[in-house]
Amino acid sequence: MLLREVVYAKPVSIAEALDLLAANEGARALAGGQTLVNVMKARAASPDALVDLNGIEKLRGIDLGADGTLTIGAMTTYAEIMASAEAKARPILGEVCAQIADVQVRNRGTIGGNLCSNDPTNHLPPLMVAVEARMTVAGWEGERTVPAGEFFFGVYLTAVGPGELLLRVEVPAGKGDGFAAVTLGADGTCIVNAAASVDGDVRVALGCVDAVPVLLRPGSADAEAVRAAVRAAGLDPPDDVHATAEYRAHLAEVVAVRAAAEAAERAAAP
Amino acid sequence: MSGFASSLPVSVTVNGTTYEREVEARKLLIHFLRDDLDLTGSHVGCDTGNCGACSVLLDGTLVKSCMLLAVQADGASIETVEGLSEDGELTALQQSFSDHHALQCGYCTPGMLMSATALLRANPSPSEAEIRKALQGNLCRCTGYWNIVEAVKAATDA
Repeated sequence: MLLREVVYAKPVSIAEALDLLAANEGARALAGGQTLVNVMKARAASPDALVDLNGIEKLRGIDLGADGTLTIGAMTTYAEIMASAEAKARPILGEVCAQIADVQVRNRGTIGGNLCSNDPTNHLPPLMVAVEARMTVAGWEGERTVPAGEFFFGVYLTAVGPGELLLRVEVPAGKGDGFAAVTLGADGTCIVNAAASVDGDVRVALGCVDAVPVLLRPGSADAEAVRAAVRAAGLDPPDDVHATAEYRAHLAEVVAVRAAAEAAERAAAP
Repeated sequence: MSGFASSLPVSVTVNGTTYEREVEARKLLIHFLRDDLDLTGSHVGCDTGNCGACSVLLDGTLVKSCMLLAVQADGASIETVEGLSEDGELTALQQSFSDHHALQCGYCTPGMLMSATALLRANPSPSEAEIRKALQGNLCRCTGYWNIVEAVKAATDA
């Protein structure tokens, strides 16, 4: 399919990318392109200009700090996270990336693109909220760090504003994580998902049930406590061709319980 | 600083041959391969990133060429289905597709072959589950996948 006419630039530094984004109001950052190129085909988005981030080496790579904190460059692909020895420090990251779409998409799609698009059916937004990741965003006023719980603003909207770039994601050390999703076919479009982390605190983040991940703190990972927390959240999930709102609300309980149980089991493992 | 451009010079090596062309920024890699280079082995199936018929290897990595701009491939080495056989000799995988009737209409076959080629290079002895996971991004509307999986299995070292 022929895209609308667009101009293109491939900067090699973050400063250059910010300059290009500032130079053209209709410019969009192009990460892995596994969402953006498709929405451009459908004309759901028609940026005037693309700033391809694939040439910026500083946005790639995974670093494991002495305290166990993982720092993941925004342009790191799902496949790179899955294959990374460092990322095994928090195994849930690679496990969830392995459930995204298919091999080809995992080879191109990036953690930064997934988070910045904040499609409510994406897996990484609730996971980042559950593990309490921190996002570093660069703009012309400098860099700032945003906790995952404050990063997602709405459908396709995040704390990364016009002219800004997500640089990296920091995931603190931890091992008590779980994830569960109901999808259309294996690794297909998500109907509802849940990520959970247990580290003294119990956090369950639900996806696909609202514009942004819904964070619950059930106090305990026990099934009844988790069910009660989901019910108390008063979810009003979207109703669409894949699932009614009522069915999604039911599934939210199911996946929340599964994710919390897995997280508790791993938290308790030696 | 390099600024924005609506078309750029692109140099790519496809199946060992280097091509240099001026390419519009909006052109998808699949259309560059098919329309500009006349390499029509890679197919456009869905044009929405779902079917995988356009799959090629970009510097050894399996990608869907409909979700990549041609200008993004500048400097890359690309392998398409045309590059698999040498001097008319089918690869073991291609012969296995033929032997196992792993195609009916053949539309998905170029993508299936590239995905399976990528799998077998990385993992010469995959399990059936690994084969199925590797072919997840490729849709076939004729065979129900059964014979495709059998063909890949027969081409493994196991």
